Amino acid sequence: MDELFPFIIAKYNYWASLILLFIGLYGMIAKNNLMKKIIGMVIFQTAILLFYVSIGVKRGGTIPILEFGADHQPLLDATAYANPLPHVLMLTAIVVGVGTLGVALTILQKIQRVHGTIEEDEVLEDLRQ
Amino acid sequence: MKRLTLIILAACALIMLLAASDLPDWADPASPASSHLSPGFVEQAYEATHTPNVVTAVLADYRGYDTMFETVVVFLAALIIMIILRRTPHRRFCKILPHRPQRQGRDTVLKGAAQLIIPVMQVFALYVLGHGHYSPGGGFQGGVIFGASFILLALCYNLEFTINRFRERIVLLCCAGGALLYAGVGALCLAMGWNFLGYAALAGILGVSEAMARSHGILLVEVGVGITVMAVMVSIYYDLASGGDMREGL
Repeated sequence: MDELFPFIIAKYNYWASLILLFIGLYGMIAKNNLMKKIIGMVIFQTAILLFYVSIGVKRGGTIPILEFGADHQPLLDATAYANPLPHVLMLTAIVVGVGTLGVALTILQKIQRVHGTIEEDEVLEDLRQ
Repeated sequence: MKRLTLIILAACALIMLLAASDLPDWADPASPASSHLSPGFVEQAYEATHTPNVVTAVLADYRGYDTMFETVVVFLAALIIMIILRRTPHRRFCKILPHRPQRQGRDTVLKGAAQLIIPVMQVFALYVLGHGHYSPGGGFQGGVIFGASFILLALCYNLEFTINRFRERIVLLCCAGGALLYAGVGALCLAMGWNFLGYAALAGILGVSEAMARSHGILLVEVGVGITVMAVMVSIYYDLASGGDMREGL
């Protein structure tokens, strides 16, 4: 136990996002209710967002907006700012995530309207008849 | 079946968690992700684009194509949702909906609070959009806040009340118009003899230096992104909340 704890602490950002990722994947595979599958998908997406943002953190680095000194010149030291690239990638990914979530909820509404249920096995049963 | 899934996923998770020990340490300034491309962005972005917010500069200038097609993806999502859910015939597509009498006296606090909050929200959204060069913000964030103000209006009053003030036809025009503004700025640069989305081409039209022209170009495309995102949020809400028939909402 004394060895395991520092092992987890050293990489706890990866542990947190990977555990969230597998919770989401389990929800997507194992749950029977389609709404719960969508919730699993959203947890999965959030885990990936967390993973990327945690990669961009630098010790001692502030947000990637340039600071200006007394002489009105920006401080151009890359170690003073967090990595901007993961933030850019995740900014667009969040909005596209909202788009995919909207389409998923729409298809769910349509399934509910046609089959009268959002339980996967009942939908499959309805399709076979 | 569920137990089998759990065992397989637990095995996969164990392998990935063990592999995580080879990834760079938390907040390591010398990690691979922070040592190749990103120092270049931080050090050169201000000189090239006059935009202190490096995230905005990378988003709308260096990765302009990516952001443009993200906007198109969001626009397509709104169209797909409408195509799947729409039930009304085409002719009453943009007809003015009959005004249903409002419930009176039951949610005064809610409506009063909405009247206070919504204008402030919209001004704040414009601030976030316009100040994205200097502070955290930009087209996506400002657009989402602006769209949320309309959703709040629909939640506190009702869906018809909102649709009568912000027609679906105008919402869809905004969806397409924002993406078109983005692509139009790119095409204008192309017409001036530069690359697509090479905002430095606008220096001649705007009468400023090339770096400042890139800053203004970023603002123009951010406005396009903001309009599209705002309209898509409202459109998705209209369709999902009413099940596609635009009559009763939540």
